[in-house]
Amino acid sequence: MKKLSTSILLMGILALTISFTSCKKKAKDADIKAAIETALKADPMSVNTMVSVDKGVATISGECKDEACKMHCADMVKGIKGVKEVVNNCTVAAPMPVINAEDEALTKGLNDALKDQPGVKFSINEGKIVLTGEIAKAKWAAVKQMLDKLKPKGYDLTGLTIK
Amino acid sequence: MSTSLSLQEKYQELTTAATISGVANLQVREQEGILYIDGEAPSGAVKDMLWGVYDKLDPNFLTGDLVMNVNVSATAPVTHAKVTTEHSNLNIRKGPGTDQPIVGKAAHHEIVTVVSQTSEQWWLIRTKDGEEGYSYAQYLTPEATPES
Repeated sequence: MKKLSTSILLMGILALTISFTSCKKKAKDADIKAAIETALKADPMSVNTMVSVDKGVATISGECKDEACKMHCADMVKGIKGVKEVVNNCTVAAPMPVINAEDEALTKGLNDALKDQPGVKFSINEGKIVLTGEIAKAKWAAVKQMLDKLKPKGYDLTGLTIK
Repeated sequence: MSTSLSLQEKYQELTTAATISGVANLQVREQEGILYIDGEAPSGAVKDMLWGVYDKLDPNFLTGDLVMNVNVSATAPVTHAKVTTEHSNLNIRKGPGTDQPIVGKAAHHEIVTVVSQTSEQWWLIRTKDGEEGYSYAQYLTPEATPES
């Protein structure tokens, strides 16, 4: 196993030497791909990126944190030897919703929002707001707006009746 | 992932309406079976319209699979607000929370000074009589600065 990896390493060095010594010779796609992958891996900004190279055209895909990161990725790949063109198919990840998973904060918000609704009782089940009781339609519409601002992990409203 | 598709499909009309009506920073994301819609509506009318569409797609909002946090974008800092309770006075509290002691009251339909929009839920306000404290933002409607 060690021998094999040593010989691969040697071949790699050899290939690298050839590409360095003969400038006009095109770097092989596989080598370019490897170089890009190494560069991407070393870059903290690119998280889930993949790359393919065809005749010097590098296509990068995957998810980037934001637009700046996407541009940065492409620029970096462009700078790698042998890359003629970069096709940037990276998508920008939508930020995850901020969810209020802390029961304490949620309880406080619920107490505030439901203070004037004596007909409604609440509890929290694994971050979900559980409401029971009765409430008038117009009031419920206003309450739901207030509760959505608390960014809960969802609702269980099976026990709630809208009058 | 089929549930994800159906959830986005279920509220397709809502997200389309939000896009068409010019909701800024619109974000539609799904996490653990809940669809989250965030954004800034250009006016209160647009926000009300969106809640109307939501009510139509999910009568009485009872499925509980959507959290819509669309605020009316503040074009100018809010300096004054009208107390829009149903009919009662609005409590002014020492701190932001109903567990905080009541330090004053603002009358129904009174115009108060908004000192700070502390959070989405609680604003720091001051009455004409100089009473200052936190009130629940849901009962305060931003007003144009009164001429005096």
